[in-house]
Amino acid sequence: MSSFRTAQIHLVSSHREVYEPCDDSFALVDALLAERVNLLNHHPTLCLEVGCGSGYVITSLALMLGKEASGAHYIATDINPHAIRVTQETLEAHGVHAELVSTDIASGLEKRLAGSVDVLVVNPPYVPTPEDEVGRDGIASAWAGGENGRSVIDRILLVADVLLSDKGWLYMVTLTANNPSQICLQMREKGYASRIVVQRSTEEESLHVIKFWKDADLQVDGKESTHKTGPARVVESLISQFPRLSFWRNNSNTNR
Amino acid sequence: MRLLTHNMLSSNIKGVVNGFPLRIEVEKVVEKQVDFNPDFLKNMFSKIEWKPLVDASRAMGYAELPEEAESSMLDSHDFLQRFHHALLELHLEEGALICPETARRFPVNKGIPNLLLHEDEV
Repeated sequence: MSSFRTAQIHLVSSHREVYEPCDDSFALVDALLAERVNLLNHHPTLCLEVGCGSGYVITSLALMLGKEASGAHYIATDINPHAIRVTQETLEAHGVHAELVSTDIASGLEKRLAGSVDVLVVNPPYVPTPEDEVGRDGIASAWAGGENGRSVIDRILLVADVLLSDKGWLYMVTLTANNPSQICLQMREKGYASRIVVQRSTEEESLHVIKFWKDADLQVDGKESTHKTGPARVVESLISQFPRLSFWRNNSNTNR
Repeated sequence: MRLLTHNMLSSNIKGVVNGFPLRIEVEKVVEKQVDFNPDFLKNMFSKIEWKPLVDASRAMGYAELPEEAESSMLDSHDFLQRFHHALLELHLEEGALICPETARRFPVNKGIPNLLLHEDEV
C-alpha cells in the first residue's frame, strides 16, 4: 500500500479569524480519500479549492494524490486574507504547494480558467443566516450562507459550471437545510450528474458531500429536453440518494 | 505566485473589457526548484497564452523563452526546461499586478496576489 496521508491537525495553522477544521472539513477530506483511486485515474491537471480556510482540505488533497499525481497543479482561493495566510502556513508545514489567490470565489480566474479545472472542491458557507450577514469580513465569511444557506452556494455553482473541464469533477459539502436534492436537480438541468460520496449526521445537522460531473447523456440545450428525459425518474433516483429527506418520502431504511 | 498563476489572472473590475494580461511590477523574485514533469507541461501548453508568459518572465529577469511557440516544440527537452522554469520556478514574492485598462494595482505580498475589490469596483 502506498503511504497516502491527509493533513495533520497539529500542523494545521490557525488564526482567530479563520475557520478551523471541523466535521464538515473532515467529511470533505473523507470523501476525497474515498475517491482517491478514482482521482488518480482521472489524471487531473488543475485542481482548485474555493474557500480554503485553514488549508486543511487543499493540503490533504495534495498529500493524498502526492507524487502519483505529480502532474497536478493546485490553486486555492479565499475571500478572507487571514485564511490565505493560514493556508500558506499549513501547506508549508506539510511540504506541499498550492498557488494561493485572495479573491471572492474565483473572481479574476474565471476567464482564463474557464473549462480547465479538472477537480474543484468546495466547503462553502452553508449555514442559513439573515441575508445581511453574507459577505462580511473575517470568519463570518466561512459560514454565513444567507437564505437556506444558499446565497454563496448558488453563486459558486454558477462559477463551477464555467470553470469545470469536460471531464471535471466538483465535490461540495451541503447541509440538509440547503436542500441538496434541489441543488442536484438544478445542476442536472445544466447537464451534471451527481451522487453522494459521504453522508454524515450529527445531532445538529446532516452533511452530504456531493460529487457532480458532466454527463453526456444529460447534455441539454434547453429545459424542454430535460423534461423529456422524465422528471419522475429523476426525482425517484434523487429520493433514493437522499433518504433522510422525509418531506419527500419516509424510506430511511433503504439507506445503504 | 508562479507565472502559471499570472497567466490565469485577469482584472476583475466591473466594466473592464481587456483585463488580460496584468502587467507585472517586480519588487522581489524568488526562484524555487520544482520537479520537472514533461507531461504536465504538455497538458498545460495549450492553456497558456504564450506572449504574456514571455513578457512576464522577462519582467522577472528571465529572457530565455522564444518569442513564439508551437506544440511541435514540446518535443524539445531544452524548450520544455525553459518553459518549466518560466512557468513554475519563478515566483513573484513581492510586487504588484497592474490592470492593463485601468492601471488599478493589485498587490502581491509574500507571494500572494490580492484580487479583492473595493465596493465601487464590483
